[in-house]
Amino acid sequence: MTQAVDGRPLPRALPGGATLWVVPPLLVVAALFAYPLALILRQALTGDGDAASLDHFAAVLGTRAFRSALANTVEIALAATAGCLAVGLALALLLSFVPFPGSGAVARLVDTFIALPTFLVTLAFTFLYGSAGMVNAGLVDVFHLAAPPVDFLYSPWGVILAEVTVYCPFVMRPLMAAFSLIDRAQIEVASSLGARPGRIIRQVILPAALPALLAGGSLCLLLTVNEFGIVLFIGAKGVITLPLLIYDKAIQEFDYTAACVIAVINVALSLTLFSLYRLAVGKLGGRHAAVV
Amino acid sequence: MTVSSTMLDGAQDAPSARAAAAVGQASNSIRFDSVTVAYRGTVVLDHLTLEVQPGEILALIGPSGSGKTTALRAVAGFVRPASGRIHIGDVEVTHLPPYARGIGMVVQNYALFPHMRVTENVSFGLRAQGASRDLIADRVRECLRIVGMESYAHRYPRELSGGQQQRVAIARALAIQPRVLLLDEPLSALDAQIRRSMVEELARLHRDLPDLTVLYVTHDQSEALTLADSIAVMRDGRLHAHGPTGPLYQTPPNRFAAEFLGRANLLPVVVEEAGYISPMAQVRIGGLVLSATPNRSLDKGTQALLCVRPHALSLSPRPDHDNVLPTTVREVLWQGDQHVVTVEVAGTVLRVVSPPLRQPPAIGSTLDLHFAAADASLLPDEDHP
Repeated sequence: MTQAVDGRPLPRALPGGATLWVVPPLLVVAALFAYPLALILRQALTGDGDAASLDHFAAVLGTRAFRSALANTVEIALAATAGCLAVGLALALLLSFVPFPGSGAVARLVDTFIALPTFLVTLAFTFLYGSAGMVNAGLVDVFHLAAPPVDFLYSPWGVILAEVTVYCPFVMRPLMAAFSLIDRAQIEVASSLGARPGRIIRQVILPAALPALLAGGSLCLLLTVNEFGIVLFIGAKGVITLPLLIYDKAIQEFDYTAACVIAVINVALSLTLFSLYRLAVGKLGGRHAAVV
Repeated sequence: MTVSSTMLDGAQDAPSARAAAAVGQASNSIRFDSVTVAYRGTVVLDHLTLEVQPGEILALIGPSGSGKTTALRAVAGFVRPASGRIHIGDVEVTHLPPYARGIGMVVQNYALFPHMRVTENVSFGLRAQGASRDLIADRVRECLRIVGMESYAHRYPRELSGGQQQRVAIARALAIQPRVLLLDEPLSALDAQIRRSMVEELARLHRDLPDLTVLYVTHDQSEALTLADSIAVMRDGRLHAHGPTGPLYQTPPNRFAAEFLGRANLLPVVVEEAGYISPMAQVRIGGLVLSATPNRSLDKGTQALLCVRPHALSLSPRPDHDNVLPTTVREVLWQGDQHVVTVEVAGTVLRVVSPPLRQPPAIGSTLDLHFAAADASLLPDEDHP
């Protein structure tokens, strides 16, 4: 029991046993998350019958559409995450260590992408890079072209570019927070010892910011694996990802069992990625205790 | 803490030679030529002209905001002067990037790289300069031996005490064999006992590395007096006093330097004889004439300040004491290893530091103070120029 200085016990912060206070949030999580998930899992295992089996999983996993969607999902998520890491890191380094007039405004501007709905960025991309967008119209006018030359928006590259634009603040922000904790004297001393900027970034800054980089990258990976709005809005030809396949199966084909099977696999994929992230941060936590 | 010949002779080894080449081989002095630094229009260093001689420890002292750290950072290359030039050795470094200056630097909070072990921290500069693996291993071992940290080579900084971290920081700075070592309040984060021990270690280190030029920024006058060959006193971005440590302490050139560099008793006096005729200056306070060191030319009748350090005042006469000053005791404090007696004379309060007294004077009693003319110097009275 906590004792006050004069020996009297301090009052409890909250009445009742500590374990009791776990129950309300658990109930909320169960109602909002676990129960619907259990229903999806049951549908995936039983289909329209009563007996549970893995037959539905085998059937869905064997389809070309699923394998293609899985490959698209992984490829786009990895590419978009790599893009987010590269752009987010570059922006964070620039805004944190190369201060310039208006850098704060630029940081806030990039932040606003977090607040905007994902389809808005996609819509903006359509206006910019679509076949009748500003870029194509300008190029056709200037060079008297017969067809719009910029034609990446409706390919996987369009999805990747849109996801990088939307999600790079999720890398940039944690990195900037981590950079702000780095003792500037370390950078100065490294410089005085003869290290050039590239070495300082590699050997002093990045190791200190590695947990933040991992956190931001993992968050991007999770979000891009599950991204639905951007892929749907761009309507990229032949670019079907797992979330879009779930939508197709459930809404267009009314195949709820297949949709639930894919959803279960999608959730398993997300939880696996999340576990890997926690594992990585946990492992690095010891070496980077100063900044974790 | 001894230094082997590899540390002393290896200054031309490959990695350090490249860095040293940027700052000149001939000399390791530091020279400020009318250096001015301003932040957003505010001048924080105002036309500083100062030279640190090769192999010298120069302590740059002053209160917060005096510009001492800015001066050090200008040498390191972290602030760019608005005007003036900085030389390390024979080479002007004003516009060189920090990594090309070949300096070692130790800062207040050590700034060790937290994810690197002690050996990796110490070898960082050598790796940055492309030294060979064998050379790095030798140099790291040698530097850790110098600072007595060999047995901690594989620890992380978080596993070390503050004093140990500071030793590693010093080893890291020495590893690149800098011609110039910049110390920015290196002991201020340590507790008093460790600080005293580190001051002694730094003094020993400099005895072992006599060619190393050190610019030592501190606000602690006792560190400066213990370590420095010469001291520069800064105030409001300007250099207020500069000179060899002993003479500067004994005969400070102005009131600010006298009061910042140790405790000083400043007694308003009128000059009777500035020392042109007799070997000693003669000053008058009330009806009493006192002798002082003739350290400056002051005309007869000029109002001045007589500066006597508290420990130079004695409660009992000695053969070399030329002066007797009758005072009234206002306060007596026993501090274990000394008595501090506060007295008053002609409206001025003086402080006397004495070895422990068996029979301290009573408060309100009359007390004769004795001091030598050699321990009393004259300062201009800035209130009565």
